Amino acid sequence: MGHSNIVLYEEEYQQIKTILGRLNQEANARVVFLVDKNGQQIAACGEIENLDTTSLASLTAGNVAATDGLAKLIGEKEFSILFHEGERDNIHISLVGKRVILVIIFDERSSLGLVRLRVKRASIELERVFDTIVKKVEMERQAQETGTASPFAEITDEDIDNLFSS
Amino acid sequence: MTFINYASREINCKIVYYGPGLGGKTTNIQYIYDTTNSDSKGKLISLATETDRTLFFDFLPLDLGTIRGFKTRFHLYTVPGQVFYDASRKLILKGVDGIVFVADSQDERMDANIESISNLKINLVENGFDISAIPYVLQLNKRDLPNITNIDEMVKELKVQDEPIFEAVAIKGIGVMETLKAVAKQVIMELKRGGK
Repeated sequence: MGHSNIVLYEEEYQQIKTILGRLNQEANARVVFLVDKNGQQIAACGEIENLDTTSLASLTAGNVAATDGLAKLIGEKEFSILFHEGERDNIHISLVGKRVILVIIFDERSSLGLVRLRVKRASIELERVFDTIVKKVEMERQAQETGTASPFAEITDEDIDNLFSS
Repeated sequence: MTFINYASREINCKIVYYGPGLGGKTTNIQYIYDTTNSDSKGKLISLATETDRTLFFDFLPLDLGTIRGFKTRFHLYTVPGQVFYDASRKLILKGVDGIVFVADSQDERMDANIESISNLKINLVENGFDISAIPYVLQLNKRDLPNITNIDEMVKELKVQDEPIFEAVAIKGIGVMETLKAVAKQVIMELKRGGK
């Protein structure tokens, strides 16, 4: 189909978690999370217990996609940062390496300046991790082409029917 | 673009309900939301106008259970059907794994169905997909209404190739789960083939 799947392995997942955790701390944020451009949540950290992160991820991606459309309409390449200011909480959204979306929710304990500063460094680190992921996925695909089995190669019709049986 | 997370053992897939305005896309998703038990569904998000017309999209995350030890999660989206929302439709197709086309069976909506399918083909191409290669299901909705086009004619006009076709009355739930199941099955089979 010409579109490669995103695959996240344990090692990179832990690296991403570490980067997000540090960013959360250094930026005095409430929540930090990472979403892919299609609205799938990749990782989150901070005060996420009472937060509907799935909906947040989907709406963030919709928001970024709509803003991207706006940018194209006026002849801009992209708007790489979005910022929403609320009475209590603020949301800072930025694109990392054109691939994923980094979202930070923060309140009066932090400031836009601090968040922007910390996001810059974390973005560079995240970009590096995603470069590795892309390489790994590519290697995996080549391995599959030469006949190494993927864990999904064995899926049967019965497996799929079971999903709908409950 | 299926998202496979080996760390948390999750597969996330995106399914988009496409079709002409007022054809029943949101109704399909609403029915799925109403009948799924609360453990396996997230919040239904509807970005709609004051008159309940979809403005940007509806979104419903659905946990279907595990397959080969992987939690299988489907994200269902609808597009706004009205012709002038084309820019939004294009955006929602980004990274799609499977498509359900909800056709309106009423005679007077036949032209709208045809126009919407051709719009879907164009928007898929712009997103780098080909309608004949992507998991795809055709649903003929509103079969309970009096002024409907007969099945053979609808199939002749709307069928793309050999996709599964379902008759439905989405508002009563008839055909809704069958449609979802058929598209989910194709998406998972695609995964089995390695998503190429």
